[in-house]
Amino acid sequence: MTIGLDHYLAVAAILFTIGVFGIFVNRRNVIVILMSIELILLAVNINLVAFSTFLHDVVGQIFALFVLTVAAAEAAVGLAILVTFFRWRGDIAVDDASMMKG
Amino acid sequence: MTPVHLAALAAPQLLLAGASLVLLVVGAFRPKAIRLVAGLGVLSLLAAVGVVAIEPLGRAFGGDLVADQGAAFAEAVIYLASAAAILLGQPWFARRGQARFEFPILILIAALGMGMMCRAADLISLFVAIELQSLSLYILAAFEKSDGKSAEAGLKYFVLGALSTGIMLYGVSLIYGFAGGTSFARIAAAVAHGASGGVLFGLVFLICGLAFKVSAAPFHMWTPDVYEGAPTPVVGFFAGAPKLAAMVLLARVLTESFGPALAQWRQILVVMAILSVAVGALAGLRQSNLKRLWAYSSIASIGYALIGLAAGGPEGVQAMLVYMTLYVVDVTGFFACLAALAREGRPLESFADVSGLVRQRPGLAVAMTVFALSGLGLPPFSGLWGKFYVFKAAISAGLAPAAVAALIGSVVAAYYYLRLVKVMWLDAPEGQIDAPPAEAAGLAYAAAFFVFPVVLIALMALDPAARAAALALVQG
Repeated sequence: MTIGLDHYLAVAAILFTIGVFGIFVNRRNVIVILMSIELILLAVNINLVAFSTFLHDVVGQIFALFVLTVAAAEAAVGLAILVTFFRWRGDIAVDDASMMKG
Repeated sequence: MTPVHLAALAAPQLLLAGASLVLLVVGAFRPKAIRLVAGLGVLSLLAAVGVVAIEPLGRAFGGDLVADQGAAFAEAVIYLASAAAILLGQPWFARRGQARFEFPILILIAALGMGMMCRAADLISLFVAIELQSLSLYILAAFEKSDGKSAEAGLKYFVLGALSTGIMLYGVSLIYGFAGGTSFARIAAAVAHGASGGVLFGLVFLICGLAFKVSAAPFHMWTPDVYEGAPTPVVGFFAGAPKLAAMVLLARVLTESFGPALAQWRQILVVMAILSVAVGALAGLRQSNLKRLWAYSSIASIGYALIGLAAGGPEGVQAMLVYMTLYVVDVTGFFACLAALAREGRPLESFADVSGLVRQRPGLAVAMTVFALSGLGLPPFSGLWGKFYVFKAAISAGLAPAAVAALIGSVVAAYYYLRLVKVMWLDAPEGQIDAPPAEAAGLAYAAAFFVFPVVLIALMALDPAARAAALALVQG
């Protein structure tokens, strides 16, 4: 069996779905949400690199590098906000983030 | 193209990037010089407005950034709104003993990202610009360290914002793959003879991601929580400029790259617009917190702007630009009023807090009444003119049913706008209200003065400027 573009796209689609479900179904921990976000971005990178190879176009790989860099910055900002949240609540459970409702 | 020419084409961005780096160094060495950093930040934003007005037009960096009238129009509004946010926010945080030099710098970086969003003509610059803006806004939402709500608002905004970025990027990767390139011109060439299923699939994800950023229903659920928890001047900033930037970006993507697929994306926009107006009107009825109420009001406003955009063509984009510009002034003014009002240092945030306001602070009560009536779209205030442009574009594009649905929505929303007016003018006051700080009150009066009567004169200049901007955006 030869591995074609479809297979890469299928893997990326599965990873993306797992990531989205990880955010919506997860009811325990913010760290798990951060991991799910990384999973979504990895799915995007697989897409970009697979397309880049099959199109013989290097722009997709450059794009993937941009995504990796921004993902690192995003994780840094997210963890910093999580630390201020933890200082107030002493916990990072998702259920506790409910001062505002309605 | 010489480096000087390139620099001239991206001059406002280079100016803001340079200013934010220099101010960061100034702040690092003199953490106490907060007023200096804030003042220089405002000055560099005003200088950027000047540069936008005189810079040459053209495409820079292989077409990744485009300087045209569309970008120039939106950028001028965005930089002015950002300057207002620094003027309003810095003293507000200082009164709470929370002043830090990072605040003006974060606004500057967000303004830089929003300016790039208006200019992006490539999927990579689109992504980098949105992230530059979003990352600054996440931090700003969690900026008030003395309030647990602010941290929670920041966390919620971050999680849902990061999810929306992921969804948008997934769509972008599909568009790249099926259109064979990242530049908007390349995508337009691929879509010219009918869009393939893969490209349309990617487009849906891209629109969903951007809908999160402008808080259009059904992607609005973060908005009320974030607006309630985030610091008031920051919310005034959130609700205005970033939405204008995202709408301009959406207009450029949809009309320049996906113009031939108008029939497909119009359906998505019309559904989102009607849902937004409905959610904004119905969910707003149950609110007692004014910041939360204005979150729903902003969701409804985005619905009107989306109807303008769905009409398509220069007329529709012009309607969207005029509507969003007037809306930015309106919402900035309203949150300036909220920032000006406090009772023994505690901010006034609910209907009960502002009851009988007219007997204690008649000036601010009149200003808030003006903003509420403008939001409702009552003549002769600016909100009416924005809606007028939107409905005109919608009817000439054959979207009359959507316009009628939106009109019904604003009739329902009239309840909460008029309730605010009634509470302020007719109910009995309770307790003494602090003297309003000069800068917040001044900004509120200036915005109220613009909403009526200045808008009648300003529209004469706004109309041709928005038309030129719309033509530039549509023709690419």
